[in-house]
Amino acid sequence: MKKQRFRLFFSKTEQMRFTGHLDLILTWERTFRRADLPLAYSQGFSPRPILTLAAPLPLGFTSVAEIGDFWLSEIISKDILLSRLQASTPPGILVQDGFEIEDLHSFKLPSLVTAAEYTVTLQSPIDGLNKSCSNLLLKDTLPRVRKKKSYDLRPLILTLEPVNSSVLKMTLGIFPHATGRPDEVLAELEIPPHQTAISRTKLILKENGGS
Amino acid sequence: MNPDQINESLNLILPNVQMPGRYTGGEFNQISKNWASIRLKVALAFPEIYDLAMSNLGLTILYDLINNVPHYAAERVFLPWVDMEQALRDHHIPLYSLENKQPLVNFDILAVSLPYESLYTNFLNLLDLAQLPVHSADRNADHPLVIAGGQAVFNPEPMAPFVDVFIIGEGEEVILEVLEMLDILKKGFQSRDQILIKLSSITGVYIPSLYTPIYNSDGTLSKYEKTNPAAPDVILKRIVGKLPPPPVRPIVPYIDTVHNRAPLEIMRGCTRGCRFCHAGIITRPVRERSVDEILSAMKQLIPNTGYSEIGLLSLSSSDYTQILPLVEQINQEFAGKNIAISLPSLRIESVSVDLMDGLAGKRRSGFTLAPEAATEKLRRIINKPISDQQLFDTAREIFQRGWHTIKLYFMIGHPSEDLDDVEAIANLAHQVLAIGKETIGNRAQVNISVGTFVPKAHTPFQWVKTDSILEIEEKLDLLQKKIRGRGLKLNWNDPRGTHFEAWLSRGDRRLAKVIHLAWKKGAKFEAWNEHFKYQHWLEAFEETGLDPEFYSSRQRELHEIFPWDHINSGVKKSFLLQDYQWSLEGKTRPDCRGECFACGILPAYNDLRHQYSGELWLCPKVSQ
Repeated sequence: MKKQRFRLFFSKTEQMRFTGHLDLILTWERTFRRADLPLAYSQGFSPRPILTLAAPLPLGFTSVAEIGDFWLSEIISKDILLSRLQASTPPGILVQDGFEIEDLHSFKLPSLVTAAEYTVTLQSPIDGLNKSCSNLLLKDTLPRVRKKKSYDLRPLILTLEPVNSSVLKMTLGIFPHATGRPDEVLAELEIPPHQTAISRTKLILKENGGS
Repeated sequence: MNPDQINESLNLILPNVQMPGRYTGGEFNQISKNWASIRLKVALAFPEIYDLAMSNLGLTILYDLINNVPHYAAERVFLPWVDMEQALRDHHIPLYSLENKQPLVNFDILAVSLPYESLYTNFLNLLDLAQLPVHSADRNADHPLVIAGGQAVFNPEPMAPFVDVFIIGEGEEVILEVLEMLDILKKGFQSRDQILIKLSSITGVYIPSLYTPIYNSDGTLSKYEKTNPAAPDVILKRIVGKLPPPPVRPIVPYIDTVHNRAPLEIMRGCTRGCRFCHAGIITRPVRERSVDEILSAMKQLIPNTGYSEIGLLSLSSSDYTQILPLVEQINQEFAGKNIAISLPSLRIESVSVDLMDGLAGKRRSGFTLAPEAATEKLRRIINKPISDQQLFDTAREIFQRGWHTIKLYFMIGHPSEDLDDVEAIANLAHQVLAIGKETIGNRAQVNISVGTFVPKAHTPFQWVKTDSILEIEEKLDLLQKKIRGRGLKLNWNDPRGTHFEAWLSRGDRRLAKVIHLAWKKGAKFEAWNEHFKYQHWLEAFEETGLDPEFYSSRQRELHEIFPWDHINSGVKKSFLLQDYQWSLEGKTRPDCRGECFACGILPAYNDLRHQYSGELWLCPKVSQ
């Protein structure tokens, strides 16, 4: 039985950057059980915990801006929830904050996400990063192929600006049928992704935010 | 390379390999100590990929025990999958421990678990990836001491040239004794040979380099000549008198593994005496944990790990004396908490169905029954005497209680089996399916798994031959013809894989050459069908001049000296021989908890038995 809903903000750090989306969900289920916080479960032969994460983070990236909604089967105060979670998360998760959402049913969190901001740190500085970024933005289309599917990367790039010669910031769209990936942008800039560290720094939600 | 350099290189290669979460460590409950403050460093190796290795109970136990000693550290080392292996080799990165990212050469000890034969080439590969010489003779005091344990090393001979020290039996006490001795000897700058001699005085420790096998002209073993008079003639397996407290803080992987659950051993050993069963002999005597200890461990395991499933492990759950009270109390304690309990290896009787039905958080995926053989005649031969009627009654009960699928496990290739016995498997499957259809209609499903019997060292069938590949194929063909149609599914193993296992499980020391050569040719991951290279093995036999059939397909003489006879499981060879002869007469031996048949365990561990008298051991009282 769903009794209460919380939205949590958390970081996914270095130790867990190679833990995929489904395994992250499993990690959350275990974290709640360790914290003795009763997640609500679905009915049926194989009950599943009721929780949803805003947007999958690609494997290999860290994030300081993850969001998840969690439903509990008992009423718990926010402070107790946060302190118990902070004591039970594995090394790769840091809980920052959270709030209760009164409405138990409406707004599926993933459908509220419109864009994500990423910070890319390069192993060694690149000359002319400014120029290559502005050149990229001048183009009308950026046809690419990913997992055997062709798509246009250009409309997914909302912003792209170097902070200095070794740090790059970008905002990429998360649309119903397409999600911008920072490694795809790096490929267009001819920067090998494995010589960078990519962190998600913000998830942008629709105005009403679900609260 | 040092840990920083390894970490740096990993940053480059991990984004490009499959499931990089296998190679990072850092999981919940991992124990990572300050390297500089540690006196004795142990790399605990399991020569398979992370996904399998992390589900190994032995490793979990030893990790816990060793790390409980403040000045010792145990760190994990597993085998990389083929893509990561290539990346490590391309970048010249030595295999490293998951905790501190230390290359293995920086450890004092490399302790490897070898529970089954298909890990042998993997282990050579692990040594090689660690940039260590694979042969014991090529290693020196600068290299870690290589220790091997696990069920397969009850016949250590095929791996003898690669291993410095074998530990025979249960590792819990002996590993700490070995470490303590090494900790002391290390300070005295003793040579490796001197260290090995000293270690050989510990019960359960086998130093293969102290023994030279001498063969008869027909290829059988004549004897071992000791290279040092101080070496013991016979190595008695090590056991613990009482099971130590179970680990309650196991590492929780970030990624999916084969068993996503907390393991909890409720009982060790089995008194059923199935004649094909290796574990049933080498894990004697039966020792149970108390219900209180199990419940208390469960109450710690859940908050410590967050797992939603606990696997209550034993060789035969139904035989745990307090199984009904245990399940009842588990239900009271954990009902409504979305915790699932798994209870493997249940006997074919309606009580088992009650047990499964009564378990909180049950999952109705399928109910497994293991009749092992399909005729009552054959089941007497293998000493698993249940009647067909018992099987049918149990099956009906299972379908009535809401399961749709029954999994039936059989073996072919039992001694004295003929084609009628094999055809009986198909008949039995059809009969069970018919019961299912009567009970629940067309939803009923019967899945039949057929393994092929491989005779194992230290069992009553250690004298018998393995079926030839042709015989196995004939039997499998028959089953494939007879087991088909809606509601029936048949699984079987590659007969060549069966033979591979048969060569190694009763091999002698000469086989080490074959293993080494096969590995050199690229043999590894033998347990993975897509990697198993039968041809490499045949070539390796050919080039070494050994005959694979000598090991697999030869009926042994009753008086033959076996390459593993100097390893004493506590069960006497004369008892095994008697049991073999009883099987030829179709004579069964009842569960020995009711009556002692003098297998040898009690005299072998007389002192321990008296130290832990009472209810702990399930051997009956005998007058001495």
